[in-house]
Formats: sequence, C-alpha cells, structure tokens
Amino acid sequence: MSWKHSFSTSIGKKLQMSFTGLFLILFLLVHCYVNAQIFWNDGGAKFNEAAHFMGNNFLIRTTEIGLFAFLILHIVQGLALWAKNRSRRSVRYQVTAGNKTSPWYRRSMGLLGTLILLFLIIHLSKFWIPNRYAQTFGSGELNLYTRMREEFSITWVVLFYLGGCIALAWHLVHGFYSSLQTLGLTTHKYKKMINGIGIGFSIIVPLVFALMPLAFYLNWII
Amino acid sequence: MEHHTIGLTLKVWRQKNNKAKGQFETFNVKNISTEMSFLEMFDVLNEQLVAENKEPVAFDHDCREGICGACSMYINGRAHGPWHNTTTCQLHMREYKDGDTIVVEPWRANSFPVLKDLIVDRSSFDRIIQAGGYISVNTGNAVDANSLPIEKHRADESFAAAACIGCGACVAACPNASAMLFVSAKVSHLALLPQGDPERKIRSVNMIEQMDKEGFGSCTNIGACEAECPKGISLENIARLNREYLGAVFSGDSQNA
Repeated sequence: MSWKHSFSTSIGKKLQMSFTGLFLILFLLVHCYVNAQIFWNDGGAKFNEAAHFMGNNFLIRTTEIGLFAFLILHIVQGLALWAKNRSRRSVRYQVTAGNKTSPWYRRSMGLLGTLILLFLIIHLSKFWIPNRYAQTFGSGELNLYTRMREEFSITWVVLFYLGGCIALAWHLVHGFYSSLQTLGLTTHKYKKMINGIGIGFSIIVPLVFALMPLAFYLNWII
Repeated sequence: MEHHTIGLTLKVWRQKNNKAKGQFETFNVKNISTEMSFLEMFDVLNEQLVAENKEPVAFDHDCREGICGACSMYINGRAHGPWHNTTTCQLHMREYKDGDTIVVEPWRANSFPVLKDLIVDRSSFDRIIQAGGYISVNTGNAVDANSLPIEKHRADESFAAAACIGCGACVAACPNASAMLFVSAKVSHLALLPQGDPERKIRSVNMIEQMDKEGFGSCTNIGACEAECPKGISLENIARLNREYLGAVFSGDSQNA
C-alpha cells in the first residue's frame, strides 16, 4: 500500500487531521509560553527578547513554514471532510437526537474551526503580517509589546479575542481527545488520563491567551 | 407495573420503493397496551390498516428478542428509540403516555437506501464483512476447541465486540453516517484472537476500503454510535481499528491490500 493511498482512505484522512492537529497543539503551547512573558510586567523586555529570538532563529523560521503548511492542510482537509460527511445523508431526519447522544461541540468541529480561522485571519493581519513585512521590507522588527498594548486598548478587539479563545477551547476539548483516538491511544488504560489532560489543556491554554488582551485592557500590566 | 392502555398519534415515513419520493403519514392508534413492544404496537396499526383496506406499513423484524438486529426504526430522533442498549423490539410502550405523538423514520444514510417505508437495504454491511471479516481455517476434522489457549480477558473483550448484531444503529445515529463502530467491532473480535492473525494486516485495510467504497462517512469521534448501540459496543474498538490500520500501513508488508 503506497503512502499516498494509506493517507487517502477515510482513516488516512483522519490521520492527516490528527497529525496536523497535534502539531498545532504543540505550536499553541510554544506560542502561549512565549506570549506569557508579558506577565513579568517589565514593560515587555522579556517578551520582546523572546519574540526577537522566535522571529530570527533559522530553525524556528523554517518550522514556521511547516506550521503554515500543516495549518492549511488541517483547514482544507477539515472543510473537505465536513462537506463530504454532510453529503452522506441526502435525506435528513425530521427529528434529531441533538445533545441526547453526543455533546454539541463534538458535532460542531467544522463550525468552531471556521470561527478560529476567522479569528486567525484578523489576528495574523494585526501582528504576524505587519511584523514580518517590516522585518523583510521595512525598517526592521516591530515592537510587538507596544503593538499589543495599542490593539488591546480597543474594546471590540478585546471582545473578538475573547471570542476566539472560547472557540479555541471548545475545539480543543474534542480535538485533543480525537487526535489521540485516531492514533488508537485511547485504550481503557489511557482514556481517562487523555481526557483529563485534554480538558486541562483546553481550559488552561485558552485561558492564558484570554488573559493577555484582558491584562492590557484592564491595565493589569503597563 | 400497572397495566393500562393508551392512544397515540404516529407520524410514519411512507415510501413506495427505492425510487419513489417518500412522505410522512399520520395515523391514530387506540387501545395500545403498555405491556406491548413497539413492534407489537405496529402490528396493531397494520391490522387496523388491513381492516381499512389500506396498505400496511412495511418494517423489518425477525427474532423480536433483541438479538437479530433487523428492527431498524428511528423513533423520535433516536435509533431504536430512547432506551439504552435496546433494540426496537425490546422497547416497550410503557415508555409512552396517552396522547403522545411519535415520529418514526427509516435509517437515513445514502449507504442504506430505503427499499419500502421503514425498510432499508443494509447489504453494504455484508459487503464490508466479505472484504475482510473472515479467517482462514484448515480443511479436515475440526480441531479440539481447547487446543488454542486464549487468555480470559482477551476472550471476553473479543466476545464483547462480537456482540455486534450489524443492525446499523451506529450509522443511523452518526451525524456523518459513518460505519466505523460496526467495522471496528468486526475487526476487533478477530484481532483479539489468534485465529484472526493470518489476515490481520489486510483485514483492516480491505474493510476500510470497502466501507469507503460503500459511501459511508468518515468517523470524527463524536460518539453518538456508542450511545445508541443496542449491544453497548465501545469506542475503544474504533481506537483498536485505528491501531490495526496504522499497524497495517506502516509495517510495510501489506502489499496485498
């Protein structure tokens, strides 16, 4: 069985979602750690140092290309799966079970993912794109700390970011467990542990992210 | 339990044949004993229809004791009705109150085309089994049943997976119309036993390919199948199927598949 074939069956496509999803989970961890440096409340010194390292290290910049490739694969494959799965039941039920047989977020990964994608477009256009542009064509790296302070003094931006974090949290609750189920790791022995770590991760990481715009908006940090 | 009789309004899917466009038809039934099974209630309805010179509602049924998996009915949004670990024939009318309205639909999935009214064609399941749900057995005399030692725990787990009756409730309940729980049960009960070993590397791959070919959706680990399975087949079987698939495609010796 060729590699291409292995990854193009229905389980193969799930594996693509799983591998890319797990990589994105790892990225979130790094992103969260780096950005949490703002909480030192040192005017952004530690944060800017970390941001400078992330923006200039050759290995990290190379991984960044892989990150975008995986992100696009995750989005394209996810949307394709959503559309294909929907088409498998042409005549729909008159009455549906709703939340009686499964929690809503497990059935709404496509919707939650799309919300995260919308968030991501705005998010990248506010930080990553202008910074890389300035770095490549302009007068060098931007002071991202100052930029965060400016952006997060605007009410709608803060609310939009909080919304993004909520969508991310629900997406992760199912995504974390689901990626490991696809890899066949959710055996009787590990299921509880995986669920526990997954829920913990889905609460802590989006919460730390949500605290960032809030901290600037409410002047917890200067 | 106190026995009494109830009257119900039924909204039942009627469809002449595979090609026809179906619609709901409303019936009223009276004097339904709360001791009756759901299928017996349908028998009463059909007798009533025959007496009125109307066409009775076609529905699948066979053993009426919860082990054959024929009685496919989607009742008020639930496969086999609201009770856990229960087939339609084991759902009893004490669940309902006088005056209730019940909507009954066939399994809905493109891979389960409606043949007539509530009867669907589930031969896609048979073709998945044919693709890999078998073992190689030597000809000659039957070997002694105890010649192959099998650990109790494995035997139990295999038996739990083999409890699958192929009713299709997993497909009916899945928002993606995926057959993964069914396939995983069929792969699991063989994967856990030494008898299943010779075809191990090709079984999961072949059955998954057939499942895709039949047009079932893909699994997104929602879990509605597990919640609705009348035999309590666990999602852990899907994890095992995923492991079997990974083992087959990454091992490098599944060229036959």
